[in-house]
Amino acid sequence: MSKTTTQTPAGGAEQMPPAAAEAMNKSVLQPQAEGQPEVPMLQFITPEGTLNPDLEGGESRLPDPETQLWLYRQMRRIRHFDERAWVLYRQGKMGVFPPYGGMEASQAGTTAALTTEDWLFPTYRDTGAALTYGLPIKQTVAYWRSSPHGWYMPENLKVTPFYIPIATQYPQAVGAALAEKKKGTRNVAMAFIGDGGSSEGDFHEGLNFAGALNAPCVFILQNNGWAISVPTTTQTKAQNLSRRADGYGIPGIRVDGNDILAVYSVSRDAVERARNGEGPTLIETVTFRIKPHTVADDVTRYRPEEMTAGWDEKDPVRRLRAYLLAQGTLTEESEAALLEEIHTEFEEAVAAADSLPDPTPAEIVDHVFAEPTPQLKKQRAQIMEENGA
Amino acid sequence: MTATAEKQVTAQRDASKPITMVAAINEALDQALERNPDVYIFGEDVGIMGGVFRATDGLQARYGEERVFDTPLAEAGIMGMAIGMGLAGLKPVAEMQFAGFIYPALDQIMSHLGRYRHRTRSRFSLPVVVRAPYGGGVHTPEQHADSPEAILAHVPGIKVVIPSNPQDAKGLLLAAIEDPDPVMFFESIKMYRSLKQEVDLGYYIIPLGQARIHREGTDLTLICYGGMVEICDKAAEAAAQAGISAEIIDLRTISPLDTDTLLESVRKTGRAVIVTEAPRTAGFHSEIAAVIAEEAVDSLLAPVVRVTGFDAPYPPFTAIEDKYRPTPTRVAKAMRQVMDY
Ligand SMILES: Cc1ncc(C[n+]2csc(CCOP(=O)(O)OP(=O)(O)O)c2C)c(N)n1
Repeated sequence: MSKTTTQTPAGGAEQMPPAAAEAMNKSVLQPQAEGQPEVPMLQFITPEGTLNPDLEGGESRLPDPETQLWLYRQMRRIRHFDERAWVLYRQGKMGVFPPYGGMEASQAGTTAALTTEDWLFPTYRDTGAALTYGLPIKQTVAYWRSSPHGWYMPENLKVTPFYIPIATQYPQAVGAALAEKKKGTRNVAMAFIGDGGSSEGDFHEGLNFAGALNAPCVFILQNNGWAISVPTTTQTKAQNLSRRADGYGIPGIRVDGNDILAVYSVSRDAVERARNGEGPTLIETVTFRIKPHTVADDVTRYRPEEMTAGWDEKDPVRRLRAYLLAQGTLTEESEAALLEEIHTEFEEAVAAADSLPDPTPAEIVDHVFAEPTPQLKKQRAQIMEENGA
Repeated sequence: MTATAEKQVTAQRDASKPITMVAAINEALDQALERNPDVYIFGEDVGIMGGVFRATDGLQARYGEERVFDTPLAEAGIMGMAIGMGLAGLKPVAEMQFAGFIYPALDQIMSHLGRYRHRTRSRFSLPVVVRAPYGGGVHTPEQHADSPEAILAHVPGIKVVIPSNPQDAKGLLLAAIEDPDPVMFFESIKMYRSLKQEVDLGYYIIPLGQARIHREGTDLTLICYGGMVEICDKAAEAAAQAGISAEIIDLRTISPLDTDTLLESVRKTGRAVIVTEAPRTAGFHSEIAAVIAEEAVDSLLAPVVRVTGFDAPYPPFTAIEDKYRPTPTRVAKAMRQVMDY
């Protein structure tokens, strides 16, 4: 990189003959990126909201209209949450929140393939996925308000708290999936990660373990283009993250992450495969983080505005809406009713979250062990005393 | 230490300006890049974004993408790469986005970073600097407020530096970059912008391994570093009103520990209170207490008291977060305890 040094052949070894050296120079080291075959991206519905004319099998590939409508509802519901969360943040009624707006199809379409017997391992960006899976709105509001009430995970769900450290959830999902298999259930585990997260070692160890142990796992890699300020092209030379699955001997699927019908369909298939003992799948949902990394992030520092342009047209909600309206599956009136319902549900949940009691300082040391250690008991007493309790 | 001390450059004492700690760190990195072509800065979001705390702001624009660059999101990769670059004679200055995200890199740190010199009998050394924001006090989400300095200080072969103010941050960071061995440089998130201080404009170093008497006093010694210096300052100020004279030792470097300075102070005052925001059990404060017990027990007029965080993960619960971190009130109570013993 900087200084030149004289090469000394090691321990009296012969220098390489010039011919061999030359052969090595024009070795196999071609620029990799250009050599990578373009992996087709599965798409059912075009951004304009029409059936993709190139779709093999055509309309028969789509879920039935009732399911389509149901998926639309899931997206609208989580979009409402995302939009309201911003407002609440500005009103000081929400903490730092990582928005997922624009990624609704990727989150709802994947999670919709699960039942609550299955495991969900969401990251901080996946509030929408958790809501679709069944985590109550009140709970997620409390979580993002930085209240311990957001930490009491419902007993009837197998959803983990949002993962803050990147990638650690992948090997853990393998463990949960494997446990289900060993217990003889047909339950699966679904874990989320971002394009950035797929650079971490844990991502690779997770995929490899899942393949090697044939764990019933579905890995969702939401490729939203960015890891805070770092674009995917800085993250890796690989052009198609789904192809990473090849190295681990598991299927890798690339899907238009803004097309919920396609996302749902591949997720359902992957879940089915896992349930049937056929092993793990990696699904790359190609989407876009329209919003900043978090509500507190200044996206203009690293992303030129032009880059966001065009993504509005790919908006997953808008896309399915156009299709459903054209098909008559959705009408302006039925949509209005749906939105009203969603609005009410959200307001009630926020009111419920508002009424959660403030945490008491002693809660800092609660839940560290099943039985508090002598040290913790002492520390709890100290906190109580310090705070006049 | 002595090697760097000898090399100490006199700063342009006459020229200074009031800046924050994060600006001082930025300035140190800038001067290091300018002075030494082997210095490379990398990590997550350190490039165009200038780091999540802006510590590397503008550096990529000034020195180019070869020398200041974003890496893929992988701490073990960042650390391993820094080790390789260090082996090959460069001066890597890596950023861990938050100290709470160092954990994936612990294998590289504990298996290699700390022991490379030893296992090659100094054939290879690792002049690596790792910067990491640490600690609480600013309402960060889960795991963003950890204080893992004791874990790192426990690794042989690694120096651990924790500045408490802008002037020190700059000089210590430049010393860390000059150091031939690995240095973990923890930066209190709370301190980044909480105060401005006159900082020398020129290049200067503050030798590693030298504590600083932050405030002179005679009745008791408060031993602290990083974000806790400010807290101790407030407690000492309040105690002064009540006629208690507290001396504050800002360790600046916890490994190697400047036992001379701290023991001298404890011998003078006869009382010691150690303040950190890390969890209580097996924290670095326990090491300090042990050193005092071993070396200065005869001078003690009261048992050593530790003021720390709790044996629980740092709470991201906004409403009660401030009950975890030691407060001036909690420090004051410990001060009374040693005075009243
Ligand atoms: C181990 C670890 N390192 C660093 C961080 C800080 N960090 C939080 S989000 C983020 C970027 C993540 O990008 P990506 O995986 O693409 O997910 P996205 O946020 O885009 O959904 C980083 C670096 C972290 N949370 N955990």
